[in-house]
Amino acid sequence: MSIDLEQFKEIFFEESFEGLDAMETCLLQMEGGNDDLEIVNTVFRAAHSIKGGSATFSFTAVASFTHVMEGLLDDMREGNRAADQEVVNILLQSVDLLRELLTTIREGGDVDESEVSDLKEALQVLRGGEGAQAVPEKEVEAASEKRDIEEWEISFSPDEDLLQTGNDPALLFRELAMLGELSLTYDASRLPDFEAMDAELAYLQWKMTLKGCSDKAAIEEIFEWVEDECDLEITAVQPDRRAEDRREGDRRLTSRRTGSRREKDPQKSKAAAASSSIRVGTDRIDTLIDLVGELVITQSMLSQLGEDFSMDKLENLKTGLGQLSRNSRQLQESVMSVRMQPISFAFNRFPRMVHDLSQKLGKIVRLETTGEDTEMDKTVMEKINDPLVHLVRNSMDHGLETPEERRAAGKPEEGVVHLSASHQGGNIVVEITDDGRGLNRDKILSKAIERGLVQEEDDIPDQQIYNLVFLAGFSTADSLSDVSGRGVGMDVVRRNIESLGGSVVVRSTPGKGSIFTITLPLTLAILDGQLINIKGQTMVLPLGSIIESLIVDKTQLNAMAGESEVYSLRDEYIPIIRLSEVFDLSDQQDDLRTALLVVVESGQDKVCFVVDDLLAQQQVVIKSMESNFCKVGGVSGATILGDGNVSLIIDVNDTIRLAKELGMEHLQAQQEQGNAKYKQARKMLEVTG
Amino acid sequence: MAKVLIVDDMASMRKMVAFTLESVGHEVTSAEDGDVALEIGKKDSFDLVITDVNMPNMDGITLTKSLRELAAFKFTPILLLTTEAGKDKKMEGKAAGATGWLVKPFDPDKLLSTIKRVLG
Amino acid sequence: MSEAVAEAEPEVKDDLAEARNQYLTFMLADEEYGVDILRVQEIKCWEEVTDIPNTPDFIKGVMNLRGAIVPIIDLRLRFSMESVEYDTQKTVVIVLKVLSEKGERTIGVVADAVSDVCNVSPEELRVAPDFGGAINIEFIRGLASVNDKMVILLNIDHLINQGVLQHVQAEATV
Repeated sequence: MSIDLEQFKEIFFEESFEGLDAMETCLLQMEGGNDDLEIVNTVFRAAHSIKGGSATFSFTAVASFTHVMEGLLDDMREGNRAADQEVVNILLQSVDLLRELLTTIREGGDVDESEVSDLKEALQVLRGGEGAQAVPEKEVEAASEKRDIEEWEISFSPDEDLLQTGNDPALLFRELAMLGELSLTYDASRLPDFEAMDAELAYLQWKMTLKGCSDKAAIEEIFEWVEDECDLEITAVQPDRRAEDRREGDRRLTSRRTGSRREKDPQKSKAAAASSSIRVGTDRIDTLIDLVGELVITQSMLSQLGEDFSMDKLENLKTGLGQLSRNSRQLQESVMSVRMQPISFAFNRFPRMVHDLSQKLGKIVRLETTGEDTEMDKTVMEKINDPLVHLVRNSMDHGLETPEERRAAGKPEEGVVHLSASHQGGNIVVEITDDGRGLNRDKILSKAIERGLVQEEDDIPDQQIYNLVFLAGFSTADSLSDVSGRGVGMDVVRRNIESLGGSVVVRSTPGKGSIFTITLPLTLAILDGQLINIKGQTMVLPLGSIIESLIVDKTQLNAMAGESEVYSLRDEYIPIIRLSEVFDLSDQQDDLRTALLVVVESGQDKVCFVVDDLLAQQQVVIKSMESNFCKVGGVSGATILGDGNVSLIIDVNDTIRLAKELGMEHLQAQQEQGNAKYKQARKMLEVTG
Repeated sequence: MAKVLIVDDMASMRKMVAFTLESVGHEVTSAEDGDVALEIGKKDSFDLVITDVNMPNMDGITLTKSLRELAAFKFTPILLLTTEAGKDKKMEGKAAGATGWLVKPFDPDKLLSTIKRVLG
Repeated sequence: MSEAVAEAEPEVKDDLAEARNQYLTFMLADEEYGVDILRVQEIKCWEEVTDIPNTPDFIKGVMNLRGAIVPIIDLRLRFSMESVEYDTQKTVVIVLKVLSEKGERTIGVVADAVSDVCNVSPEELRVAPDFGGAINIEFIRGLASVNDKMVILLNIDHLINQGVLQHVQAEATV
């Protein structure tokens, strides 16, 4: 029988990586002084499981390495070794190495044995064995060489409670009979009187002869499970001393390798690595199945109705259709929930990173996390990882001070980086908070002026100044350190987040610290949309970005610098953007006095879009424009409406950017005009003055 | 064919054992730790239990002990999945009432030949 | 909604070698063009598409092709020919599979009419002279003579990737 276990490799890899993450978390807790036995146990279990699995798949390097690791962990479990810094460090290194090894194997590469043996030796030295704890050879072939012996006498007297471990002498005999010709006699001398007999106890003893079998080890193996529950004697009938001596006492447990069937096929394992999978709780699957069941019922009800429909059944049809739409909405929600995962998957990598980084920076840092259970779409989570790492690095490198500086500032030496996640409306909000020195307002401002991003005379509120760090080409770090600022700036962080339909802002207080707030949509696949009409074209505006819609009140219209308009709404002046102009849909300019305005917000920008009509609000499935075409300015994707037509989804943020560029052109033209007027006016003044 | 309960915290191991057993027609129920397995055991009976030793929550040895206390599992074969190093564990398992053990690394052929010994 | 004029499932599928030399030809003004028939996914009647803002005029828009968003390209405009009114009866959209390093794309090109399927063996292919015209020589795989008429065989991958998409992207980043 050949059973191909290849298909389980990928599960093993995933599980092993999860195990390694858990190990890392526990090791960091140990380092923090937590000596709970369960923590050591968890680490041990993870190593043990990786060992078992890798041996199954013949990943010998991993198996033998985890074996040594397990030895050290076992010492710790038994309380023979404390989890000191040295031990934790070497175990963390081991975790890294295993991660590397498994990744290499998964991708079909070759393992560098020398790297493994170095760390393995270090582990052994740590155990005080100077490598003496030689790894027991796992691939001992059970030598079943032919012997001269052909006949055995076996005497078997089981203990009375043999049956209670689930062993059954009859099955043992059957197996023996498969090795050769078995004849047996029983000895009932132990059998008590009938009244005293307990049906659950074994009283009989047996004497057997087995002919035609040459392998004593095979016989011993059959009795392996009961050897401590019986008196067993196996003697050769025609003893051949030479062979017998060799085998005597050799009761080593053996495991056989099954041929070359499991030889590595790099092509195959590479292909497997490319597929990504998701783990889903069975309760969610059950809900899905229930919902599909309901859908099927509704469908059959409707099709029955359709077979002989008459107007008097209209009410039934309406009910049926209502049910159908309810079913499909629930099904949609359920399907989406399958992609949701707790953000702890993303947060879990930070304890290690903070640990390593704080040592490197010479800072004392405590990492706190809250809201790890907050669920988000797997795709969003994968893409948010890099920005998060960047922001945490940034907080540790630039935000937090050295212990000396903190002491001098009257703060505790230990700095705190706090990661939190929560649901707010249809969004997920992730915050990275540090209690460091805060952003340097003046430095940012002077840099921004230097780069021409703002004007010197502009009066900008402090919080807006801080957010200038997200503009392109902005890095205030005086020296590029190894930790952050390797050419990747905050603008990249912002771009990555915005490409997910999210936004990022920073608030900061001098001497108290900074808070980076990332707002993300719950999912990338479905959007609550407001359909709008612009010059006959239907477009979708994300409902989440809409603050309100209103009909223009003429008195609130203001023109700034002649042409670019703003609308004053409750003490705020909001720039007006003509979507028809941005999207080049019409040559005719809207008459603002009768226009419909939609106030939208993106990041810190608040603007009014001019639209011709507001249509329905509905959920739309987002389709990529890039899969068959390319990125289109001001558009985040497309969707297919109920009538089968394609409708474009507006990327509010990018639309504002486009409008600014357009406006810039206008503005420049105006400025030139304005300058001329200004000069003229000056001249007149000079003359009259 | 036999009804088998397999208990292991590693999904890969559970799936491999289940796959192997199902491929020869056995009916397999899986549990990810002793607690879950015991709950299943209270409601259902099996012809064979295969359990890992090292698991979170309830380990395999405690599970064996607890199952043996249930009437439905008094004589049910219980096999421990162990590594070759765990001689002590094997004896501890036997004392708890285990029938025998399956030595890791997991090998499907070996599994099938071994369970023949307890299922006949 | 999608009136397929012809499902272009080549019958000669089992004879790939022959199919490889087969071209679907179509008309643009008075000229006949050909594309590798293995790349043709289907031929549809022209129907209204959704405009894509801020793109060159040869990008007619996007259409819904069984749930996929497919861009439609007007080759007349791309090749700077005179544009014509589309006719839902005659104007066709040829849906093509385009390959690039990034993978496979599905796009549609507008043609006046589909004319024929013809066989052109590699030996019959003539190198196109560089007329310095609207069609970059790189976009042409070669010229062939079919029934005494010249057919311009297009290198569709190069035409779409370099001649269309790169063009659009360059314009978008300005």
